[in-house]
Amino acid sequence: MSIPPSADPSAQGPPVGGSPDRLAVVAAGGQVPAEVHERVRQTPAVLEIDRFNLWYGVKQALHEITMPIPYGKVTALVGPSGCGKSTLLRSVNRLNDLVPSVRISGEMRLNGDPIYDKRMDVIELRKRMGMVFQRPNPFPMSIYENVVYALRIDGESRRAVLDEVCEKSLRGAALWDEAKDRLGESALGLSGGQQQRLCIARAIAAEPEVLLLDEPCSALDPIATGKIEDLVQELRGRYSVLMVTHNMQQASRSSDYTAFMYLGRLIEYGPTTDIFTKPVLRETEAYVTGRFG
Amino acid sequence: MTRHIERQIGNLKEKIQRVGTIVEEAISKSISAVINRDVQLAQRVLANDEAIDRMEVEVEEECLKILALYQPVAADLRFVVAVLKINNDLERMGDLAKNIAKRVAQLEGAGPIELPPEIRTMAMQAEEMVRECLAAVIDGDPVLARRIREQDDVVDAARQKVRKRILAGIQEHPENVEALLRVNSITKHIERIADMATNVAEDVIYMVEGDIVRHRPDD
Repeated sequence: MSIPPSADPSAQGPPVGGSPDRLAVVAAGGQVPAEVHERVRQTPAVLEIDRFNLWYGVKQALHEITMPIPYGKVTALVGPSGCGKSTLLRSVNRLNDLVPSVRISGEMRLNGDPIYDKRMDVIELRKRMGMVFQRPNPFPMSIYENVVYALRIDGESRRAVLDEVCEKSLRGAALWDEAKDRLGESALGLSGGQQQRLCIARAIAAEPEVLLLDEPCSALDPIATGKIEDLVQELRGRYSVLMVTHNMQQASRSSDYTAFMYLGRLIEYGPTTDIFTKPVLRETEAYVTGRFG
Repeated sequence: MTRHIERQIGNLKEKIQRVGTIVEEAISKSISAVINRDVQLAQRVLANDEAIDRMEVEVEEECLKILALYQPVAADLRFVVAVLKINNDLERMGDLAKNIAKRVAQLEGAGPIELPPEIRTMAMQAEEMVRECLAAVIDGDPVLARRIREQDDVVDAARQKVRKRILAGIQEHPENVEALLRVNSITKHIERIADMATNVAEDVIYMVEGDIVRHRPDD
């Protein structure tokens, strides 16, 4: 038969639109325009990141990041280690303020309020955002007190209110059935997966405008991971979630939008189904198929 | 170091290429058997169909294995999904070649029937489409794939001409009606082969560009 010899399978169909090699340009210190899909721009944003740069001392960790975080959706940040996704997440609630050498430029706005404005009260800001870290960090107190912690420090002491928020939050975090008969017990007695869901319950108890998840499953076994992923699916619509993940499948299963970052730059940002079936850039394609990174 | 999934996809590509080769051969032989009224050649096509069926199952199993074990995404996912569909189409092309071969055997003893000259043109065009669609699969060539889609109209037009000739033939020589209906059925199978090649071409466009162009003749 007259078919030419088999070509390299990896050469299978680079999608259209890729410049010669954006990643090489970035690696050489250059700047490339981010490919932000139209559908992301069209969605109302809860959080706007606008030409945001961040330096650790002299080293620039984030370069001109401009991206809207859609309201009521789950947005995943993916990219190889060191791409700046966690730095970006921590910049959103100004956790990087705690690092002395950090310097920033550009803007972020939470529902229109400039996050880095001098008049912004950082404590108030953090109340408006819930954050869940890689390792579950329950406070050494009862399950109940963990969940209502934010309300307590805000001075809420009415039992009925606290009870209601506790139940609602634990239900919201898919932990109610497992925890309802042991609310008074120490949170440290819960399994890792349960502790992480407790942290999510604690975060949503404060009715945050954005929920920040920093690799929330990286310390969990597959079953607990599955539960957290289901939970993230459940949260969609009710909360706006921004999640950092190393796990591609987690991003593809749990998020509505996916942003691919590389060496501190936003490379491509679009609906998750497009990023994982037909990304615009071949660089994104190479990353999500595991050929790079 | 090649990643495991790349090796799997490389193997899958070789396998679908093998299915393509054997199907192309079956089509070519069945058409040659029609034109030369070669019953022995037709018998060989019939005997070979089982091998095509076996290979089709093998390729499908391979695709399912890759989907289950590697959960491919983006280009890898599109490749595996396209191969699943192309594999199916190739097997059906093989069946059509078998059907053509059967008709050749049935035509034996029907006496000298003149085949409409357009059959040859049509068959050559269809064969060309099959060859090209396989090349498009292997090279991931959407330009070639788009060209194949256009060629399908040529085959369809030739088929209409052949049909008219056959109808005229039946009116002229009603005693040949059975044999002529068989010839008609052969041309129908050839036309279907061209349709299948068009399907394969459309799957190649999806595989490379991620767009489903089926039912969108202008894309």
